[in-house]
Amino acid sequence: MEGSVGYDNDLNLKATELRLGLPGTEPVSIVRRNKRSLQQVADDDCGVNGCKSDDQNETAPPPPKAQIVGWPPIRSYRKNNIQTKKNESEGGGIYVKVSMDGAPYLRKIDLKVYSGYPELLQAIENMFKFTIGEYSEREGYKGSDYAPTYEDKDGDWMLVGDVPWGMFITSCKRLRIMKGSEARGLGRGV
Amino acid sequence: MNYFPDEVLEHVFDFITSHKDRNSVSLVCKSWYKIERYSRQRVFIGNCYSISPERLIARFPGLKSLTLKGKPHFADFNLVPHDWGGFVYPWIEALAKSRIGLEELRLKRMVVSDESLELLSKSFVNFKSLVLVSCEGFTTDGLAAIAANCRFLRELDLQENEVDDHRGHWLSCFPESCTSLISLNFACLRGEVNLGALERLVSRSPNLKSLRLNRAVPLDTLQKLLMRAPQLVDLGIGSYVHDPFSEAYNKLKIAIQRCKSIRSLSGFLEVAPHCMSAIYPICGNLTFLNLSYAPGLHGNKLMKLIQHCRKLQRLWILDCIGDKGLGVVALTCKELQELRVFPSDPFEAGNAAVTEEGLVLVSAGCTKLNSLLYFCQQMTNAALITVAKNCPNFIRFRLCILDPIKPDPVTNQPLDEGFGAIVQSCKGLKRLSLSGLLTDQVFLYIGMYAEQLEMLSIAFAADSDKGMLYVLNGCKKLRKLEIRDCPFGDSALLEDVGKYETMRSLWMSSCEVTLGGCKSVAEKMPTLNVEIIDESEQMEFNLDDKQKVDKMYLYRTLVGHRKDAPEYVWIL
Repeated sequence: MEGSVGYDNDLNLKATELRLGLPGTEPVSIVRRNKRSLQQVADDDCGVNGCKSDDQNETAPPPPKAQIVGWPPIRSYRKNNIQTKKNESEGGGIYVKVSMDGAPYLRKIDLKVYSGYPELLQAIENMFKFTIGEYSEREGYKGSDYAPTYEDKDGDWMLVGDVPWGMFITSCKRLRIMKGSEARGLGRGV
Repeated sequence: MNYFPDEVLEHVFDFITSHKDRNSVSLVCKSWYKIERYSRQRVFIGNCYSISPERLIARFPGLKSLTLKGKPHFADFNLVPHDWGGFVYPWIEALAKSRIGLEELRLKRMVVSDESLELLSKSFVNFKSLVLVSCEGFTTDGLAAIAANCRFLRELDLQENEVDDHRGHWLSCFPESCTSLISLNFACLRGEVNLGALERLVSRSPNLKSLRLNRAVPLDTLQKLLMRAPQLVDLGIGSYVHDPFSEAYNKLKIAIQRCKSIRSLSGFLEVAPHCMSAIYPICGNLTFLNLSYAPGLHGNKLMKLIQHCRKLQRLWILDCIGDKGLGVVALTCKELQELRVFPSDPFEAGNAAVTEEGLVLVSAGCTKLNSLLYFCQQMTNAALITVAKNCPNFIRFRLCILDPIKPDPVTNQPLDEGFGAIVQSCKGLKRLSLSGLLTDQVFLYIGMYAEQLEMLSIAFAADSDKGMLYVLNGCKKLRKLEIRDCPFGDSALLEDVGKYETMRSLWMSSCEVTLGGCKSVAEKMPTLNVEIIDESEQMEFNLDDKQKVDKMYLYRTLVGHRKDAPEYVWIL
């Protein structure tokens, strides 16, 4: 809290501002414009962004700016509404491919539509007309020639059902219903 | 005119309805003042701190309708701290104690408590109309009191308020005997409503013309409501999500087709865009379409919808319409007078989907355009000059470039010439908001040409005090000036302090004015309240006059310092 209240804003913004500019270049001053005279800008011959204009052709994306209080000037009610809507629709539907060994073509399902594993497995069973069997942590899916597996973010093939549902739908990239000896191998655990 | 009896004059004055005209009439002579004040029914108070309720009541004993505005405009953008002021309770309390038969109360940017709503509902037998815009401080309990106690309620209109939703039984509080509703708008409520109570209410309201629902009202309820109220003129749809092959959708199509009077459509707070064809039958009659809360509607579906709306006069839309979409608007909506384009993604400036191109297209196609609010990615001088030529009839021109000091991207020049063209061409311009890179030059133009300007909003602009001086010296009709983050200091502020008495208010934040400068204004002009808003409370410890003031709000008043200011507001 040095000096006048006004300059506090300047300092805070600088501290939190994200910049993609080269080290050593002046950050864009978006709060205090009185420092910059038009004469100086004209001399530089490169607009308000000063020496960055060489980097700043239309091809370069603008550096992400720190949020300015009260900008853009839209009503809080509207702003809050947008935020809520964004949170809700983030991701939209989570569509993943489902393949089944031996089936001629793949299917696609929206993981967001299901509230948990039982529903999901039921849907897959209906889709491919088979039964999966019961899940147990110890033995995987017993009582069936099939095992539902999925490829996770790391590229590993995992058995469906081990992790919490929420974690599953964010990490699942595709599903594969394994059949036969491969399935039995997974089902029995390593 | 002195030989006419009072009753004749009163009858003549009945035809004079605008506030401005009635104010003028009251200044002609003492007898006109007297007749006018006894016959005045509607009063508008633009700043609730400019006058006291007691003086209002004393002057206008026949008051039936009161409009009050509280917080300064920049409060909408979080620049004014909570509990700064603008409490309506003292007004309602004073009116309740008097013999005023209040019938209508319209509030904007005020703090409205449940207690005040309850007091309101119990104090005025003939109370008919409550309109709350951008207010806060109340819950659905307050609404329940209004519903329960106002026996002749015609209008309950809630626009963009922050309401604490205690999950509605408030709708059930309308008694069975209440059949007088003409307008019901609860779109801003976030909670559940009692759908059965809503249906019954609509059923027994044959005069209902305006109904705006919130998100919690699903499609099948909408369909039932429309079946019971085909006479609606203004409809706000809550949730519009359903399966296009369902029975409910078919029923909706039939219900909508019966509503031949709908001229105004809004809402779509939740929308499945592939089902808009049900709406097409009423689009041809629409004069107002507000899709600014429907981000799910864009692309081709949006285009198709707009193409059906040939009679549109006012359009509120999100920027996901894109320049191309605005082109469709330009081709279709030849009657368009007002356009508002809101940002769908306000914090990612790079993603705004409209640019100067969209605006130019609309200006070319919609020559009746007179009111604009436009949030965009960028603007050019050339575009503004073209727009000024195409549309000389602007009354309101508010441009917001999301990057606040962005120059003309083609020429890298400030936007002085572009805005200069606007003020020169639009001789009737009353309201202007500027953005982008701007120097003192644009203010020279504004001072020179904007003769009818009443409200000016400036942010991140100008190079020196000259900018502010051009405006204060030039704009004779200026009423409200709001400035943030500009290099205007004491010499501009103090140049002509008498001017502020001719204005409603002046707001300056993050500028160069000092405590000493503000004190000077307060000293010279006792009819102004000069408020320093200092949340960090630095002012308390450092009373150096040379210190810069973060936020200053000054306004003319007849009643001196207000008594309800919080600790961080210092009235000089």
